[in-house]
Amino acid sequence: MIARILATATTEIHIARRNRWVLIAVLLMVVFSLVLSAAGSAPTGALGADRLSVVVASLTSLSVYLVPLVALLMSFDAVAGEVERGTLPLLLTYPVARWEVLAGKLVAHTAILIVAIVAGYGAAAAVTIAADPAAMSGLGALWRLTWTSVLLGATFLGIGYALSSMARRVSGAAGLAIGLWLGLVVLYDLGLLAAVVADDGGTFTTKIFPSLLLANPADAFRLFNLTAAQATAAVSGVGGAANAIPMWQSLTSVAVWPLLSLLLAALAFRKVEP
Amino acid sequence: MTSTLTISQLTKAFGGTKALTDVSLSVAPGERVALLGHNGAGKSTLMKIILGLIAPDSGQISVCGAAPGHASARAKVAYLPENATFHPALTGLEQITLYMRLRNEDPSGAMDLLGRVGLAFAAKRRIGTYSKGMRQRVGLAQALIGHPSLLVLDEPTSGLDPVSRRDFYELLDGLAADGASILLSSHALTEVEARTDRLLILSGGRMVAEGTLSDLRREAALPVAMHVTAHNGYDSDILAALPGAIRVQGALQLNCTQDDKLATLGRITALKGKVADLEVIPPSLEDIYSHFSRRDGQ
Repeated sequence: MIARILATATTEIHIARRNRWVLIAVLLMVVFSLVLSAAGSAPTGALGADRLSVVVASLTSLSVYLVPLVALLMSFDAVAGEVERGTLPLLLTYPVARWEVLAGKLVAHTAILIVAIVAGYGAAAAVTIAADPAAMSGLGALWRLTWTSVLLGATFLGIGYALSSMARRVSGAAGLAIGLWLGLVVLYDLGLLAAVVADDGGTFTTKIFPSLLLANPADAFRLFNLTAAQATAAVSGVGGAANAIPMWQSLTSVAVWPLLSLLLAALAFRKVEP
Repeated sequence: MTSTLTISQLTKAFGGTKALTDVSLSVAPGERVALLGHNGAGKSTLMKIILGLIAPDSGQISVCGAAPGHASARAKVAYLPENATFHPALTGLEQITLYMRLRNEDPSGAMDLLGRVGLAFAAKRRIGTYSKGMRQRVGLAQALIGHPSLLVLDEPTSGLDPVSRRDFYELLDGLAADGASILLSSHALTEVEARTDRLLILSGGRMVAEGTLSDLRREAALPVAMHVTAHNGYDSDILAALPGAIRVQGALQLNCTQDDKLATLGRITALKGKVADLEVIPPSLEDIYSHFSRRDGQ
């Protein structure tokens, strides 16, 4: 079992390397992280936090957009691509379970995500600490951001595999992935903000709004990192509006979502008839 | 000896269209069986059911003693899809290495395997740069991994040149001699080159004929054609002596049934002073095949 998963993962890494996905993911993360750390390290004194913690708060807002995007870009081809190329029927006649195929892809794609995230955050941290050695005290926040980013990435990898299984065509899967990214990461928050403003402190804001935030893996990720760092003051918008949600709740959402999305992916892949 | 593959009364429909109706067959260890039929006759559907890729509507199937698609069946069955395709970014060696590891085989033999199908020279090139024939060889190489008890080959010789085709059948002979059962499909009887032990002909999802080539030849009972060339001036004598003969492009042609063959030959040899040459033309493989696979109403 492990041997088959690792064999699939090795192959997927070869493919991702040749298709330049590794390079694209790492470059995206490094460039955006460096830009943010340069732009975000200005307002330190007023907040009483160290430089790195402030950079982590900026990186959190960046990762909410970028990590799901990179994960979806790597995963939308996973099943639909095999169907369209005609490689799936042969693969499924091998003594390998479908979940093992998905697990192999997940291992490879997660490994690439980890490399990209570590490179991006590492570059931002190195630049910040070089400028101000006292920023070392923010390393805990950075570590928390790193592992939650990996979980967020795994969640969207799973969602990507599920969409890829349901679409069965690469173009369809790509469309679904971009649509979902826009919906969950951009429009969802806008919708919530609009509702909160319209509700003006009523039942929606106090009862339903927190659950809706926790239900979205991207929002839960942002909530957890911001509440844990107590850096809500450094951000505005939905993240700042919900500092009333206990940390264990957002942590649960961050931890459960990867399992849920991968289960969804496995179920969707099982239904694919080659 | 028990069969490697047994199918009885298999039926499968897609929506309202019947793809397979009441198909039964069995393949013994070491037997090479060719499955013939037009496009859409149900060959690929039958193969996909044997592989467990799609489920039948009714009927019993046993593949190496297990249900089709069961892990123990998949461990013993190799498949070569029609137009084998692989990820274009992988090299032949990487692709075969993956397949060997999925079958729990030592991947250090991947290069040897590619050598066996004549691809060692391109092993480290990306499959995206391969020709169709080369991709087909990668497909063949992966079907040889381990020691499969049953090889299911969907139009394996399409895209191969005549020399490679002969090499391919030699490989199959070796596998069958080691006890592997082989089920291969083809469009035409000429393509299997009579290098198989038994032929099955599917037409419109039904098994319309089954047997060795000589069985089928006998069953089809197609007429034998005889071309008689007369010595100068004896045409009319021969035409008179052989009722049913007609003039075709300067020669005389006569059709007779298999049973009449010897009697007719006797009558022609009796005219020996008048006959310059005689050619006996048995029904071609194509004739036999189209006799059985002719679809209803055609």
